[in-house]
Amino acid sequence: MSVENQFKPKIVAFCCNWCSYAGADLAGSSRLTYPADVKIIRVPCSCRVNPMFILRAFEKGADGVIICGCHPGDCHYSTGNYYARRRMTLLFSMLDYIGIENGRTRVEWVSAAEGVKFSQTMNEFVDKIRSLGENVRLGDLRCKK
Amino acid sequence: MQEIISRAKELLENGTVARVLGWKIGDLPYNPEPAYFETAKDLENFVYNGFCGANLSKYMIEASKLEGKTMICLKPCDSYSFNQLIKEHRVDRDKAYIVGVGCKGKLDIEKIKKAGIKGIESISGIEMTDAADTLEIKTIYGDKTMSYADAMLERCHVCKGKDHVIYDELIGESKDTKDAERFAEIEKIEAMSPEEKFEFFKAELSKCIRCNACRNVCPACSCRKCVFDSNKFDSAQKANVDSFEEKMFHIIRAFHVAGRCTDCGECSRVCPQGIPLHLFNRKFIKDINELYGEYQAGADAESKGPLTDFTFDDAEPSVVAERG
Repeated sequence: MSVENQFKPKIVAFCCNWCSYAGADLAGSSRLTYPADVKIIRVPCSCRVNPMFILRAFEKGADGVIICGCHPGDCHYSTGNYYARRRMTLLFSMLDYIGIENGRTRVEWVSAAEGVKFSQTMNEFVDKIRSLGENVRLGDLRCKK
Repeated sequence: MQEIISRAKELLENGTVARVLGWKIGDLPYNPEPAYFETAKDLENFVYNGFCGANLSKYMIEASKLEGKTMICLKPCDSYSFNQLIKEHRVDRDKAYIVGVGCKGKLDIEKIKKAGIKGIESISGIEMTDAADTLEIKTIYGDKTMSYADAMLERCHVCKGKDHVIYDELIGESKDTKDAERFAEIEKIEAMSPEEKFEFFKAELSKCIRCNACRNVCPACSCRKCVFDSNKFDSAQKANVDSFEEKMFHIIRAFHVAGRCTDCGECSRVCPQGIPLHLFNRKFIKDINELYGEYQAGADAESKGPLTDFTFDDAEPSVVAERG
């Protein structure tokens, strides 16, 4: 496949300000690479991510959405990521239930010291989305045949 | 029914309550509607029969702001919704005089119509005092019969039980009408391939006309300002086919009531397009039961909801992919 024709996925990464965003920073300053397809959106805490943000990202053309937060137990606000964990589990399960490939969503806990993990996760996730291809299902749920 | 009316008259006369919240006779023999009754004369129109499926607990939000107490008639499953509203501080328990009314399963006119019975003039066998298992339906095309169980609402086949979880007094006998597995339909969908699931929901949701009936009737959808009404949002235009909410409305709504939905089944009952909306809510209930322990919203008025609580060893979101 030539470079021009290669599928360039659009990936939205919600990163918590205190751990994962700093982890992404560390990945950068350590000169670790991850694909430019990943667009990072900084949020105060992983539990700031309203399930609607994820649906909306898909609606607006994202092919994959990943949420990164502090490891459970390390939340800057003590318990935010525990709530996020329950919410995201239920949302992912619902997306699976309506027939969306479940590889398109992911939650990963990345601390500020884990630049390597951040870059690895993003590389893995982008590969996964590339293999799944373009997201068509969330764009036309209501379109009549 | 007479028992409820005479008790209501008594309570109105002795000043215990200022009004009664019940059902009044509708235009057709099968569509009683929720209503307030303030005098003994009003109560002439009071009705309680097999078609009184409407859950009145949501009306208590407004009635809580009125002067004086309100007598509210609740069926066993409605009492769960009422409890949930108390938990969310949406209704004032002291303003309500709860009469738990008996229920032996409620009827779905759509099922009767689907059985090919049209032009209905009258239906007998719907009175709660009747022990009859058969409905005798008089139509302009002649007399028809249908079994009571076949004409029941979907939610009555997965009845939560005949006991009221909250009441001041009880009038009438209830019957547990459960004859189906609550999560059987959900499991059937879960077993489908992603393509089949997607086609199934696409076909169902394509019917949606965004009339908002499901939201307006839902006792859990009690926000004063609803996200779907904000004019800063794409949802301002209900008929906008391309907007985000047109596609995601039902998923978002189900998520908003996740952990608070008592599975009262009102959404599916009122849907003019017959979309089985309970499939969304029940999926969340099933997941919550499996992942965070058995939970029935509204079973009590104190416990924490599953989405406002957590444990340190909850399942990771990757469990969704792992269990396949």
